[in-house]
Amino acid sequence: MSPNLTYVIVVGVLVAAGVTLLLERSLTRVLMGVILLGNGANLLLLTGGRAGAPPIVGSAPQEEMSDPLPQAMILTAIVITLGMTAFLLALAYRSWHLNGHDEVQDDVEDRRIMDLADRDEVPDDDVDGDDDEESPTTDERQLSTTAKGGRAG
Amino acid sequence: MTFLVPLPVVMPLLGAALTLLLLGRPRAQRWVSLTVLTATVAVAAMLLIQSSLHGPLVVEVGGWVAPLGIVLVADQLAALMLVVSAAVTLCVLVYSIGQGMADGDEETPLSVYHPTYLVLTAGVCNAFLSGDLFNLYVGFEILLVASYVLLTLGSTETRIRAGTTYVVVSLLSSVIFLVAIGLVYASTGTLNLAQLADRLDALPDDIRLLLQGMLLLAFGIKAAVFPLSAWLPDSYPTAPAPVTAVFAGLLTKVGVYAIIRTETLLFPGGRVATLMLVTAVLTMVVGILGAVAQSDIKRLLSFTLISHIGYMLFGVGLTSSLGLSAAIFYVVHHITIQTTLFLAAGLVERRGGTTAMDRLGGLARLSPILAVLFFVPALNLAGIPPFSGFLGKLGLVQAGIDDGGALAWILVAGGLVTSLLTLYAVARVWNLAFWRAPHPEMPAADDAEQAARTEGAVQPQQSLATAQTGAVLPGLMIAPTVALVVFGLVLTLVAGPLFDLSSDAANDLLQRTPYVDAVFPGGAP
Repeated sequence: MSPNLTYVIVVGVLVAAGVTLLLERSLTRVLMGVILLGNGANLLLLTGGRAGAPPIVGSAPQEEMSDPLPQAMILTAIVITLGMTAFLLALAYRSWHLNGHDEVQDDVEDRRIMDLADRDEVPDDDVDGDDDEESPTTDERQLSTTAKGGRAG
Repeated sequence: MTFLVPLPVVMPLLGAALTLLLLGRPRAQRWVSLTVLTATVAVAAMLLIQSSLHGPLVVEVGGWVAPLGIVLVADQLAALMLVVSAAVTLCVLVYSIGQGMADGDEETPLSVYHPTYLVLTAGVCNAFLSGDLFNLYVGFEILLVASYVLLTLGSTETRIRAGTTYVVVSLLSSVIFLVAIGLVYASTGTLNLAQLADRLDALPDDIRLLLQGMLLLAFGIKAAVFPLSAWLPDSYPTAPAPVTAVFAGLLTKVGVYAIIRTETLLFPGGRVATLMLVTAVLTMVVGILGAVAQSDIKRLLSFTLISHIGYMLFGVGLTSSLGLSAAIFYVVHHITIQTTLFLAAGLVERRGGTTAMDRLGGLARLSPILAVLFFVPALNLAGIPPFSGFLGKLGLVQAGIDDGGALAWILVAGGLVTSLLTLYAVARVWNLAFWRAPHPEMPAADDAEQAARTEGAVQPQQSLATAQTGAVLPGLMIAPTVALVVFGLVLTLVAGPLFDLSSDAANDLLQRTPYVDAVFPGGAP
């Protein structure tokens, strides 16, 4: 069985667009990204099975029937994506309700610890804070710069 | 006895439906949930006994024959996971009931708590029992959707923020898993795990590697393995204490379970063993360094959670029987201990009004029982002899030394360093929150934002009020924590038989034939 090239290209475009949207800060765009990504995955599942006549006993020779299992799996996946879309929409609405926007915020506590590290302080007033406090915070700083890169892009 | 196998999935789902019907009647809801989870513990225990005596139990759902229909398989590993997770969910349920009754939230929107909690349990059990890759995905989705709801309970600002990150990351991992399933089906024409075990062997090496990598990536996100772990400390600490506890105990371990299952049954031979060992040491060390830097108890515990996932990967990555059995033992130990610690952190929050260490103090004098409830599992987590944490780490170190490779030695060293740093991290909590003189006053004005953050996480006014009035901790919250602490100690006492059990399970996993033969008594089609 060889996959249909058109399918593969469509899957590629859907996934690429989905990932791009996923990297946005606005939750509504993230939601669009999730939907596109989910559709890409569903189409990919479809390419995994044989295409052909309806899989009903007696309606066609067995070799010409399509494979029903990927279609069943896609139905399940669509239902799950539907539920998740509703939930994410509710999250976005609630976020807009609370903050007036639906942008995904940074972790407050994480930023506070990073600020402490920038000022070269230990998180609290214990006196034995020594060098091993340094390395995690640099790691976190790197993580946060990549996160900021995502925001710009 | 095979009729028992679907029960851990079916009973919580029916219970969830029933509690949903009883929305306005919290007392009835509580009894339904308690009954269902107690029954689940009993069924899981029977499954464990049966599977260790007679080999894996298999049920073909709906009576459809194996490769066509979905199978549920309870082998020793699955049954062991079921017992521990059912026991832990039961304890956490009692704790949350105690917390709810103490707060008097008899008819708040939290009445969705019980149905969601039961659905979460059903999802976890389904993931453990599934003998089919797509059913495993469904199990993951059930537990994830339930966890989204639990994480954003009350939909306060902090929880919406944390929930968003969690939901998006989990969705991404689900999509990766789904794509992997599509690829597996396209290349083998089946999703039955036992049949896959046979057919994947026949595939070209590069395709197998791709499938293995995709599955590992999906499970790695769920299990919070180092480069994929940043979502965890961001989202877990904001949830209500019982929710955080059950998430910390179970959700990442379901990911670890899926890694163990696929690495042994589907992709034996340890071709990515080096990669797993490297990520294991990174997870351990980076995770624990993150914990050392934190100033909030819940966040600190979240980082130790990530760090100790590394130990389990270490055992799996060694691919030896001893390594795998130590990893299974460690999973059992860690589910119990990490949940206990988060419950204790919830008690700290209730007693002190916050989990920020710089505003806590003197809890050892103010509440000696709380001090004991934190101290014992904390030492257990750090791996102080003779606790089960020590025995699990000892098994892993032994397995690493037996392996003898340079990388294995690095992991042994990394494991020991992580153990020491864990001790340092929990000792810091102990010194700051419990041992030093009581903190003179409640948060000053400039801390208000952060105070609102941590206190907003659990019952905004009440926790502050209890802290100021110095109210005693509710007995129904103490009792399950005590039960879990005792359970952790019992793990130490029965460590011998438990290690025998886990090495039996590990041998079965490595041989693969017990599992495959149980599903296909006449050989795989």
